[in-house]
Amino acid sequence: MIKSKSLILRTATRFLLPLQLLFSLFLLLRGHNEPGGGFIAGLVAAGAIALYLIAFNVDETRELIRFSPHDLFGVGLFLACIAGIPPLLMGHPYFTALWWRPEFPFFGEVSLSTPLLFDVGVYLTVIGAVLAIVLALAEAED
Amino acid sequence: MEPLMAFVVGGLFAAAIYMILRRSIIKLVIGLILLSNAANLAIFTAAGMREGAPPLIPAGGVEPMITPSADPLPQALILTAIVIAFGVLAFAVVLIHRAYEIVGVDDLDEMNTTDETKELK
Amino acid sequence: MQLDLLVLFPVLLPMMAAAISVILWRSPLAQRIIGVVGTSGLLAASIWLLVATRREGIITMEMSGFPPPFGIVLVSDLLSALMVLMVGIMGFTVVIYSLATAGEEYERFGYYPLMHLLHAGVAGAFLTGDIFNLYVWFEVMLVASFALLILGGKRPQMEGAVKYVTINLVSSMILLTAIGLTYGLTGTLNMAHIAQTFQEVDSPMVTVVAMMYMVAFGIKAGSFPLFFWLPASYHTPPVAVSALFAGLLTKVGAYALFRVFTLIFTQDVEFTHNILLWAGAITMLTGVLGAAAQFEFRRILSIHIISQIGYMLMALGLLASPDIPEEAAHLAIAGGIFYIIHNIVVKTNLFLVSGVVYRLLGSYQLKDLGGIYRHKPFLAFLFFVPALSLAGLPPLSGFFAKFAVIRAGLEAYQGVVVAFALVTGLLTLYSMVKIWMYAFWSPLDDDHPRKHKLTEPNDATTWVMYTPIILLLICTVVLGIYSEPFFELTLASAAELLDPSQYIEAVGIADEISHPIEDLPAGGGE
Repeated sequence: MIKSKSLILRTATRFLLPLQLLFSLFLLLRGHNEPGGGFIAGLVAAGAIALYLIAFNVDETRELIRFSPHDLFGVGLFLACIAGIPPLLMGHPYFTALWWRPEFPFFGEVSLSTPLLFDVGVYLTVIGAVLAIVLALAEAED
Repeated sequence: MEPLMAFVVGGLFAAAIYMILRRSIIKLVIGLILLSNAANLAIFTAAGMREGAPPLIPAGGVEPMITPSADPLPQALILTAIVIAFGVLAFAVVLIHRAYEIVGVDDLDEMNTTDETKELK
Repeated sequence: MQLDLLVLFPVLLPMMAAAISVILWRSPLAQRIIGVVGTSGLLAASIWLLVATRREGIITMEMSGFPPPFGIVLVSDLLSALMVLMVGIMGFTVVIYSLATAGEEYERFGYYPLMHLLHAGVAGAFLTGDIFNLYVWFEVMLVASFALLILGGKRPQMEGAVKYVTINLVSSMILLTAIGLTYGLTGTLNMAHIAQTFQEVDSPMVTVVAMMYMVAFGIKAGSFPLFFWLPASYHTPPVAVSALFAGLLTKVGAYALFRVFTLIFTQDVEFTHNILLWAGAITMLTGVLGAAAQFEFRRILSIHIISQIGYMLMALGLLASPDIPEEAAHLAIAGGIFYIIHNIVVKTNLFLVSGVVYRLLGSYQLKDLGGIYRHKPFLAFLFFVPALSLAGLPPLSGFFAKFAVIRAGLEAYQGVVVAFALVTGLLTLYSMVKIWMYAFWSPLDDDHPRKHKLTEPNDATTWVMYTPIILLLICTVVLGIYSEPFFELTLASAAELLDPSQYIEAVGIADEISHPIEDLPAGGGE
């Protein structure tokens, strides 16, 4: 892919990227009970990295994400699969939602649950899959 | 509303089939995208279109908080179908890109060596 | 050990194996180990599931604890369990074969994870009791198969894949639209509940929806006149992938037809099943005639898949006959199921043999082959047995499968269709004899560049390739000579299919729609 020459885009991307990733985390965590969730959050994060790819190039993007998209995909799929297992151990059917609400200092009550684990799995899977496709296409352009 | 939607769905299906039957491989993919949208709208219409509030049920209750409420299931189906179609079509785009690189033409009529009984190279 | 966990394992195990295998994508060795371990686990789980289903009757599992018809339910009746067992056997043998054939170039592009994903998709499609979930599993299976199809990225693969992807996507969209219409008519997606509700719906739309399902599954199964994607693509991918596709993928379509047209659409059998019957008859004839025109090893085999699908459709279509005796109906369905099982084993095996031949002589063109009987008689034997089984010679599995279907056809007074089936059997023999004469019997040219390959003794990798072939060969011989217990199993399965109330009862739709949220463990939701 031809390196973008736009200074504005490159500078803006540096600022936009963390904001977009933060927004994707926000979407991920508010999912389940409100609009949001792993899939759309993953798309937002992947979109942010795709923007970085347009502004810079493939090698710099690979450096940015550090992990290979394959790894993200694999870990995500694995997390989504095992999210159903804790309920099995407690005698409930697979994928039954289990909730755990520990108290943390400063944060107060935090809701942790197996659906959250599943959503994190979906999040990573979506990022991995979309980035694998986008990077493959960008490399083919080179 | 339903008769109008029926025409929209029918129009989308017709457009999709027209595009799929074109020779250009890019138009083929556009046709597939239209087809998936047509199918999603068909689910939406067939499941019955109702004006209604979000179907939220208070804890421990049986009836939705506000009636009439919309049917959440078709929405869930369409959401799932969109996600799947997204994945499959993303794959299809990569595929036709590579097919274009290897075969070197944007013409489905040129892609018929596998259907011929001649020897493959 | 809870019984319902057994239904989960055949889906969960390959899914986990795929995930772990992607994480370890840098190490081909680790992927191979996970490949073998994962598929042997799948095989063990599927055997266990079949034993449990035989002993305990239909087993169901409610995902997330939502009772049907609200949640997704996995159902294992005998048909599902038998089909899952075939996934186990095929997965295991094909992965063993892949150890010798899948080189680094495939392994680096995710050969093993995609294989596992394909197994998960196929097993999920066999086990689910929810029609929308069936669509989802179809897509899982298709995405994995798309990617496997283009591994290696040669030109014929790309051309085949474009057709495969397009036609299969169109079929998926027809299925999706049909599901939407079904939901509009019945307000439910649970297959047992749909079956229950359709008994009360008196609308011409039911038959329209039935036809949409028939077209969608007919494309997946490769029935006439919807099979054009199959001969264009099946002979192009790596041979182990071809073998797995040939064995399993079209049979998922056939399974879906058997499921839907015995459970849900039984209102207007004279219309719907008659179409299946005649589609089956024409499918078998066109398939076998198409194969007769070919002179390439894998293309003959892949076009033959279509003709074999015809027998399965015919078995299902026989239910249309108005004066079919009940026993003949049972025999037809049992024969159809037996045919699916036989065909999965034999077809995969023949493809695996074609891979060994390719490895020796470097070609799939029949004209470039020869001399195998003289120099490698054991390999010739490994082809001969499944080929005769496919043609339906006694005492091999194909004979009993065809015998059951044809006898049921005669008892249902469908003489013309039976004639189609017999002619097809004869022409199948012709195709197999053609391969035999060219590739195995005729002498090899003295100046053939790879003649030395034939005279050398087998190396270790060739024996790795022989192992799964021998295993499948034992399967087809046992299914033939010792067919009685297997046939009893398919008869019991036919009895289940022809009495849908068993399935509906086992899924257990609540009469009174109770409030699902109360059944959740404490703390669910906010």
